[in-house]
Amino acid sequence: MKYIISIIKPGKLDDVREVLSGIGVTGMTVSEVKGFGRQKGHTELYRGAEYTIDFIPKVKIEVAVDDDLADEAVRAVVSAAGTGKIGDGKIFLLNLQEAIRIRTGESGSEAL
Amino acid sequence: MTSGYFLPFKKLRAAALALLLLAIPAAARAEGLDSGDTAWIITATALVLFMTIPGLALFYGGLVRTKNVLSVLMQCFAITALMTILWVVAGYTISFGEGNAFMGNFGKAFLAGVGPDSLSGTIPEILFSMFQLTFAIITPALIIGAFAERMKFSAMLLFTGSWMLLIYSPVCHWVWGGGWLMNLGALDFAGGTVVHINAGIAGLVAALVLGKRKGYPNTMMMPHSLTLSVVGASMLWVGWFGFNAGSALAANGTAGMALAVTQISTGAATLSWMFAEWMRHGKPSVLGAITGAVAGLVAITPASGFVGPMGAIAIGAISGIVCFISATTMKRALGYDDSLDAFGVHGVGGLVGAMLTGIFAAPALGGYAEIPGIGGQLWIQFIGSAATIAYSAVGSFILLKIIDMAVGLRVTEEEEITGLDITQHDEKGYNY
Repeated sequence: MKYIISIIKPGKLDDVREVLSGIGVTGMTVSEVKGFGRQKGHTELYRGAEYTIDFIPKVKIEVAVDDDLADEAVRAVVSAAGTGKIGDGKIFLLNLQEAIRIRTGESGSEAL
Repeated sequence: MTSGYFLPFKKLRAAALALLLLAIPAAARAEGLDSGDTAWIITATALVLFMTIPGLALFYGGLVRTKNVLSVLMQCFAITALMTILWVVAGYTISFGEGNAFMGNFGKAFLAGVGPDSLSGTIPEILFSMFQLTFAIITPALIIGAFAERMKFSAMLLFTGSWMLLIYSPVCHWVWGGGWLMNLGALDFAGGTVVHINAGIAGLVAALVLGKRKGYPNTMMMPHSLTLSVVGASMLWVGWFGFNAGSALAANGTAGMALAVTQISTGAATLSWMFAEWMRHGKPSVLGAITGAVAGLVAITPASGFVGPMGAIAIGAISGIVCFISATTMKRALGYDDSLDAFGVHGVGGLVGAMLTGIFAAPALGGYAEIPGIGGQLWIQFIGSAATIAYSAVGSFILLKIIDMAVGLRVTEEEEITGLDITQHDEKGYNY
């Protein structure tokens, strides 16, 4: 199993969710985060005091998938979340050791 | 003469006498209490109280960081309660009691002699006292902007309470209570010196005595909710009609004109700050617009009963620009941490307004006051402003030092980092 963490632009969340559902990814966890890579921040001004804001709002999507679905899921996120501009985000793949459904106790692929 | 023929005549005579006796107090009332004036001042009192809670509370509250929002709201609320009691016990009599050129005596302490039938002009004296109370509440509340996010609650209560009695009330007496500035002919319709210069200078002194917030000016300290601040500033604008037009103490043309020039000055100042910022930084900001509005409200305050609409445009436009410079360029250049610009807007704006009153009160410039020429009046306005600045600065400094020795003024560094809401009140503003 693989654990896929995607950091994407907030406005792209709905597109990514739709595309992942389309290839059979049935669950996900979403959080609002901030960060930066190469994208520059912006300035904010309060009564003449200028602040440079480095951290940019992003959305983090976490999904757990079977190995044979991992490549397709990554391609799906890339196609839905990409705009071609700096700040599109990144995807990280981790090996997932185990997954368990709390209600039933199922584990492995059954739990995904 | 008890025959039946004369009885009706006697009854008629008795009735006539009774009617005459009833008519006399009515005639006296017609010269005394005016119900129109009274109704307006009751309303104005509510409007000015509304300026502090929640107007100023929200305006200031939105400008501080999340961890300190309750401390600001609490300070405004507590000041309202505290000044209410101190005013009726001693503040009113010091301000408006018979006394000397400097302060009133204690003849009206505990509101002695002020019953439902006592009059002050055409309104009940008790109402006059309550209207003036709302000024005695908002003036110390303005100061809290200067020491926001780092003052101990106990020290704040001691300072604002003693300040109202020992600084505000005497200055109030000088200008409005029959004291020396009133006799000199100083023009201050609704509180340019008594309220704004007074509080602004006290704020500056407090900012200097307490010192800068930890991390200022390099750490980001952004307003946590400009939304709240806009709501608060809007309440200040509306409530200020009670502040300025209410200071006419009557429902008449002067009140109407005061309302008009208040509105006009504020519109002009909002625009002038907005355009100045647009030109300097490339975009107009909401914070700039609402601060500009406050600068216009402050500057028109001393002038509101004496200037005309065109004078109001000038006063507002000038105040917007001058306060823009003082709250941004000057503050950063001089390095003091007047957190919410109590001095930059109220102190400077009050001074601008007080001086411009001397100019635009002249009939030649559309004003309505009898002045000894613009030059002569400017000199009087200068004396009034300088005296207020000196007294407030020295007096505030002394009070702060005494309270510092007694309980300490500032919270500890760790408390400041954690935030005043948790450390001073065991509460959080938001729990989601």
